[in-house]
Amino acid sequence: MMSRYRRRRLVNHLFLWLSMSAVAVGLSFLAWILVTVLLKGWPSLSMELFRADTPGPGMTTGGLRNAMVGSLMMNLLAIALASPVGLLAGTYLAEYGRYTRLADGVRFMNDVLLSSPSIIIGLFVYEFAVAPFGGFSGWAGAIALAIIVVPVVLQTTETMIRLVPDTLREACAAMGAPRYVMIIKIGYRAAMNGVITGILLGFARISGETAPLLFTALGNQYWSIDLSQPMPNLPVVIFNFANSSFENWQTLAWAGALVITMVVLLLSITARFLTATSKREL
Amino acid sequence: MQNTIVPSFFPSRDGNGQLEPVTMKMRIKDLAFYYGGQRALGDVNLDIAEHRVTAFIGPSGCGKSTLLRVLNRIYELYPGHRAEGEVLLDHTDILSPAINVDQLRRRIGMVFQKPTPFPMSIEDNVAFGIRLNESIAKSELEDRVKWALEKAALWDEVKKKRKQAGTSLSGGQQQRLCIARTIAVRPEVILLDEPTSALDPKSTAKIEELITELKKDYTIIIVTHNMQQAARISDFTAFMYLGAMVEFGETERMFTKPSKLETENYITGRFG
Repeated sequence: MMSRYRRRRLVNHLFLWLSMSAVAVGLSFLAWILVTVLLKGWPSLSMELFRADTPGPGMTTGGLRNAMVGSLMMNLLAIALASPVGLLAGTYLAEYGRYTRLADGVRFMNDVLLSSPSIIIGLFVYEFAVAPFGGFSGWAGAIALAIIVVPVVLQTTETMIRLVPDTLREACAAMGAPRYVMIIKIGYRAAMNGVITGILLGFARISGETAPLLFTALGNQYWSIDLSQPMPNLPVVIFNFANSSFENWQTLAWAGALVITMVVLLLSITARFLTATSKREL
Repeated sequence: MQNTIVPSFFPSRDGNGQLEPVTMKMRIKDLAFYYGGQRALGDVNLDIAEHRVTAFIGPSGCGKSTLLRVLNRIYELYPGHRAEGEVLLDHTDILSPAINVDQLRRRIGMVFQKPTPFPMSIEDNVAFGIRLNESIAKSELEDRVKWALEKAALWDEVKKKRKQAGTSLSGGQQQRLCIARTIAVRPEVILLDEPTSALDPKSTAKIEELITELKKDYTIIIVTHNMQQAARISDFTAFMYLGAMVEFGETERMFTKPSKLETENYITGRFG
């Protein structure tokens, strides 16, 4: 008969082994993606990529300059539109609306928005910012991306402001400081890194979003920085070029994928670093 | 306007053991307190003497901290917390809805159990309240910061590192920083909520010394679970038990000839 102690040890080992293999499966897919993107994208990384625009059919050279600039413009605009909304709404949830039913409702809706399929956001923005204005535009793309960023910034802002201990909140109130002073001088100071983290993560999130842009910014073969016109952007270029039969287009798609992956990786690492430091400070 | 009523149970001895009259700074009348539907304090009546140290003692959960938190209305940060009755500061009822709590808290400062330095430099911590209330010249501000740090017996230790983070100080120094921050706005009353319970004996001694020094200029109310501390530093002691004020009087008498059995049992360590 197996002793109870021995059995427990066996079960423990079994669980350890199962969870370790789950981690291995997850990580190996990630590694697989990274290695593939790196191997396929690396050869086409050159200065040409950043200097030339996307090539037309039949052209043998070309780069991704217009798509990168377009993506960067829309991403930054989306961040600029979404950050104040997310920041203030997160502040409301963490401070003013702390104990209210409304805050619970807002938080729930935010979670829904956070996990809503981005193609639906694209269609939604198409209905009110593309169709009525008679065409695809960079503005519409930025709005769609902004809608994706808002819940990310909101959530991190709320989480980080909530990290401020109640004792500090009380101490500030006990000084005769009105609530807004507490929020600005204590809350935001403590939450600063977290909010920046949220913004970086939001940027990372929208860097690869393709579906909402297909319905809004559409894409553009040529150099264009006019936000009222269809905007070239990396994800849509990758989508189109990867589906094409031209070999140089496919290569460019891999290069674009590598660029996006690197940007996202870099942003995520920075975000992690910032979160770690700000948690230590509190 | 000063209230000069001297209640009969309010004798206080000067340095030579002579009785001297004291002025009343605060009067708590028929106070009850509720956490939601739960009553935490009832029928509390108490007078607080000006320029004296009044200690609230009693076992955990007796309501001593709750009572302290009524006095600057800090409980209002949380929904469902409710006080009934009257708390007079000089002649005004501070529980009245007409009172501006921010102004009230400038008159009644508070130091907490855990040191609560703000995430900013030592100097900015002390200047925090001053900047909030007054617009004064930089040099004057610096003088006030220095004055407050000196008052809190912290100046010598931090004068060379005023730009460093407040959180970089030791626990005892942080607590003195919080005291400096509180007195920098020149309040009339200082509430201390177990200010030494997170500190080592040496830091505790420093804070106690400081409290005795500060009572010359301020009215001090301290909550403590440490009876020896109450006996050492307070002039008046209120013993609370199960949300009620059991006994209140001159500290010396309370610790030598308590009139209630519960008080005697508590101070002799039979419970609590």
